Amino acid sequence: MNQPAIEFRRVTKSYFRGNQEVPILRDFNLSIPAGRFLAVMGPSGSGKTTILNLVAGLDRPTSGTIHAAGVTVSQQRESELARWRARHIGFVFQFYNLIPVLTAAENVELPLLLSTLAKRERTTHVQAALGLVGLSDRLHHYPRQLSGGQEQRVGIARAIVSDPTILLADEPTGNLDRSAAEAVMALLTRLHLELKKTILMVTHDPRAADYAQEILHFDKGTVS
Amino acid sequence: MTIGTLIVRNLRRHLLRVTMTALGIATVILAFNLIVTTVRAWYAGVEAAVPNRLITRHAASLSIHLPLAYRDRIAGLDGVTGITYANWFGGVYRDAKGFFPQFAVEPASFLDLHAELSVREDERQAFLSDRRGCLIGRRLATLYGWKVGDVIALKGTLYPGDWEFVVRGIYQGATSTTDETWMLLRWDYMNERRQLIDPDRAGTVGWYVVRLADPVRAGTLSAAIDAEFANSMAETRTETEQAFQMGFVAMSGAIISALKVLAIALNGITLLVLANTLVMAVRERTKELAVLRTLGFRPSHLAALVTGEALLIAGLGSLLGIALTIPANALYAEMVGAKLGNFFQHMNLYPSTVLLSASVTLGIAVCASAIPIGAVLRRHVAYDLRHVG
Ligand SMILES: Nc1ncnc2c1ncn2[C@@H]1O[C@H](COP(=O)(O)OP(=O)(O)O)[C@@H](O)[C@H]1O
Ligand SMILES: [Mg+2]
Repeated sequence: MNQPAIEFRRVTKSYFRGNQEVPILRDFNLSIPAGRFLAVMGPSGSGKTTILNLVAGLDRPTSGTIHAAGVTVSQQRESELARWRARHIGFVFQFYNLIPVLTAAENVELPLLLSTLAKRERTTHVQAALGLVGLSDRLHHYPRQLSGGQEQRVGIARAIVSDPTILLADEPTGNLDRSAAEAVMALLTRLHLELKKTILMVTHDPRAADYAQEILHFDKGTVS
Repeated sequence: MTIGTLIVRNLRRHLLRVTMTALGIATVILAFNLIVTTVRAWYAGVEAAVPNRLITRHAASLSIHLPLAYRDRIAGLDGVTGITYANWFGGVYRDAKGFFPQFAVEPASFLDLHAELSVREDERQAFLSDRRGCLIGRRLATLYGWKVGDVIALKGTLYPGDWEFVVRGIYQGATSTTDETWMLLRWDYMNERRQLIDPDRAGTVGWYVVRLADPVRAGTLSAAIDAEFANSMAETRTETEQAFQMGFVAMSGAIISALKVLAIALNGITLLVLANTLVMAVRERTKELAVLRTLGFRPSHLAALVTGEALLIAGLGSLLGIALTIPANALYAEMVGAKLGNFFQHMNLYPSTVLLSASVTLGIAVCASAIPIGAVLRRHVAYDLRHVG
């Protein structure tokens, strides 16, 4: 393996509350090889979401550098980051974040609108992605007509439809019951094993973390 | 699916709000179109004045008359092919609202110089042979239901007393822009009675109408006429009929300017109403827009979403407004245009008026989008994903 898929080098991230500096990450280092499925565990408020946002370039580090999918994320300009995200990053949210006025198929098609694919190719990709998550029979359902587990699987289909290099998952089971959570984790495992995706999942659910290849415990700004 | 699908679906989320906004815009379009129609009718009225006629009047004021003796001196100038004269009669029919332009004229020469007033030959003869006769325009006749043979009683203001005139004919405009609201009565009859009540001013005329051989020479001939009477008791001011009429309706001119300002100001409402709706819409969708950015949507995509929505609402409003304007304009022309007379006979709704209102509205929609777009692009994606419900 030559270059890691994701790398944090001496990253510091602080927020300011008033004029008081609140450090979240302190001299944080992390290297994830391509094709790895890593779970980062930590209590609520420890900075897990912050790590994912930094990888995706949705947030900027206070200092240090972050490399992901071939670019130095912390140095890219906003418009370039957007293009890069569309190609390389798939994001799975705890609360699914589907667009309520679009059907399952349309939600999954959204990222493809940014590609050069023709309409027919887009439809093929959408059907393949929804097939992969086992929702071929829910193409034209709106989010409110789906269960939480189904919504999350649509969310995963949306994250993988454009075949990104890296999948970021923020507590993907945090809002699901046991069996729905298991289905989602089984799915992520398949994506890792069959499609060789690099997956960075953050969670405080040990059962979910168990599905990963490797687990990192994270607290008070550093890994332990 | 396209970005357009998302725009349309977003629009349908708050149908009531979108409908109200579109109705607001439609109302602005309606008012704008009626105002533009009025302004254009005024210009059409001014345009209608024939360019090969000059008007000579007193240099100081229209209310000071000129000696009748000027007629032959002007007629003798090189380049003049005809001359007639008229006085503003200023009579009132029934009450102050029953106002329409009345001119005391020298019948034969006036009709000769104003060939656009077409009268049947027998009616023309009847007018020429009855000193108490009058000619009225077709629109005026329709407005008051007058027919040939009817007697019109006017109360004189400039020429006091009760006056009665017998309708001897009804003229029609030769072109669609000819004013059909005039009443022409005879100067000799008016002057005869004036001799009794106001002998000092008898034999004077309000203005001369001069026909030119060549409209190109309007400027030099005007100067020549005014030079003829320079340093005399009554100096003159000569200008083209168009210029004269514009000055004559200077009041209307000021109102027209006011209307233009109003038409522009109205569009400010569209800007505010639309910007307000858009700002609310994007605020409600803050989280969704943050999700789109996470998926890789660029600022230009978000701008397109907002602008598309703005254009759609504005387009709906425009269509609605135009649909309202068509019947409303007809009603307006009938109710208002007829009463304004003179310069406002052509309250036509032109396609270009409708097009102007719609394109102004769509242009405003693009401007109105700038406000919510700016707000969206200033948002911090990570913050919105975390904190917005
Ligand atoms: N924009 C912000 N301003 C101030 N503090 C923030 C901001 N975003 C996150 N934080 C704080 O940073 C800490 C880590 O947040 P987060 O990464 O969401 O943790 P986790 O995902 O592990 O629950 C929390 O204490 C949170 O309150
Ligand atoms: Mg979190």
